[in-house]
Amino acid sequence: MYRLTIHELHERLKGKEVTAQEATRVLLKRIQEVDPKIKAYLTVTEQEAMDEAKEADRRIAAGKAAPLTGVALAIKDNMCTQGIKTTCASKILEHFIPPYDATVVKRLKDEGGVLLGKANMDEFAMGSSTENSRFTVTHNPWNLDTIPGGSSGGSAAAVAADACIAALGSDTGGSIRQPAACCGVVGMKPTYGRISRYGLVAFGSSLDQIGPITKDVEDCAILLNAIAGHDPLDSTSIDLPIPDYRTALVKDVKGWTLGVPQEFFVEGMDPQVEEQVGQAIRVLEGLGATVNEISLPHTGYAVATYYIICTAEASSNLARYDGVKYGFRAPGSKELMEMYQETRSEGFGPEVKRRIMLGTYVLSSGYYDAYYRKASQVRTLIKEDFEKAFAECDVIITPTSPTPAFHLGEKMEDPLQMYLSDIFTISVNLAGVPAISIPCGFSKEGLPIGLQIIGRHCEEERIIQAAYTFEQSTDHHFKRPELSE
Amino acid sequence: MGRGTKIERGEVEHVARLARLKLSEEEKGLFTDHLNSILDYMEKLNELDTGAIEPTFHVVSHQNVMREDEVKESQPQEAALENAPDKAQGCFRVPKII
Repeated sequence: MYRLTIHELHERLKGKEVTAQEATRVLLKRIQEVDPKIKAYLTVTEQEAMDEAKEADRRIAAGKAAPLTGVALAIKDNMCTQGIKTTCASKILEHFIPPYDATVVKRLKDEGGVLLGKANMDEFAMGSSTENSRFTVTHNPWNLDTIPGGSSGGSAAAVAADACIAALGSDTGGSIRQPAACCGVVGMKPTYGRISRYGLVAFGSSLDQIGPITKDVEDCAILLNAIAGHDPLDSTSIDLPIPDYRTALVKDVKGWTLGVPQEFFVEGMDPQVEEQVGQAIRVLEGLGATVNEISLPHTGYAVATYYIICTAEASSNLARYDGVKYGFRAPGSKELMEMYQETRSEGFGPEVKRRIMLGTYVLSSGYYDAYYRKASQVRTLIKEDFEKAFAECDVIITPTSPTPAFHLGEKMEDPLQMYLSDIFTISVNLAGVPAISIPCGFSKEGLPIGLQIIGRHCEEERIIQAAYTFEQSTDHHFKRPELSE
Repeated sequence: MGRGTKIERGEVEHVARLARLKLSEEEKGLFTDHLNSILDYMEKLNELDTGAIEPTFHVVSHQNVMREDEVKESQPQEAALENAPDKAQGCFRVPKII
């Protein structure tokens, strides 16, 4: 039962084959079995989950089952959950209990969703391996010695290990798509502004976006339906009507033009990734799509641009952690400045401090123009690259990540190498366009490989349709790590 | 444009003060190395002539969003103070300022 997708479970709940309480109990037991191995969760909310399941059963009995009613979900621990600890995997928020729900959490609850718990992540979503969590290291269910990706590594590992039906992650530079690729599941970063950020702990405000991590593309559409749409509490959320994303679940790419950027198939990419992605492109060609080689000429500047902009925004956003209103305060300080410094130095981990330092530096007097302004200008060029490319194609196809999941500890000593593992995902955040990662094969070592499909601004339907067409023509989404056996 | 010289340890100490961070001697050395190697990588951007290009600070059209000024319920004081590390008489309490 824990293997079910959202749509499969929904049918069984509606058909009275199973109750939400039974399903939730099975999932909680599954967490007990597998989580000691993968460590995807920071908090499991057993009591709350059973209460919500009971309420879901009442809704189902009353004939009012929404697609998520009674569906057990994991939430990345940077989205506020009223009355439930929201730590961002940071010591500075270790005991923080939000007095309100994030808009996405409220929307899931309104549909009758069941929250199983809060998923591990890199501290403040800064990282590509979930190793920067201050509390625990999450392991990839496909190979426990490798990383699950990051920063939404807990969410992706929980979905891959069937320790939840689906999950929410957040993506600032690839933090949904890269872990989805590493764990062999589906992950989408919607258009910037499609989903309210109210109650999402801010990292890089012009880049952050919440999105679904699911077992298949149909579930991605269902979860997106539940959380997308304008929110008066987030002034950057887009005020446009939201389509029913399930109408995009059509197996057809006949006559579509796939853009394949030459800059993405460069040296340094794992040959197995190149091979599997090449094969995926041929599958779509076989279904009637045409391939057009396109150019995104400023791709090589994206990592540098991104790490200036995101650290600048992070250094401002994280200034609020001062030990005054909530969160950790270092004990024993006699005066205010000392308290700020002690609190922040003890409360933040090494990667967060490094990014605050970098962000403070690039914004500091005398360097603002050379770094922050310069990067914002290059961001314009990157955005225009996409606009020009989309004049010649319907969607853009790339690998999600240059390599399959790397080994735990492999890149922890070299921050720049870690940053470069986001090379294929970050330009999408800089441009604000939507993209999805879906499984497209496995390496010799049995590690999943992800295919990234990028769409035009607000054209999530198109990438869902392309992803669905590929998925329904292959069987990668049926494969599960041995952990499940 | 760009930086002519390497960041010195003293500059790292200055930036840490601005960021309200107290770094250990070990961290100062480590961050000096890391910031230098990351900033060296970022020099790459100077290959591009961006003189006339408008910067993008935000990808969605930037305009102020207004709403009606309606009286609504807000968080009660107790809820706002619930997470405070130290509080007294309905206020946040902090160490001496002056």
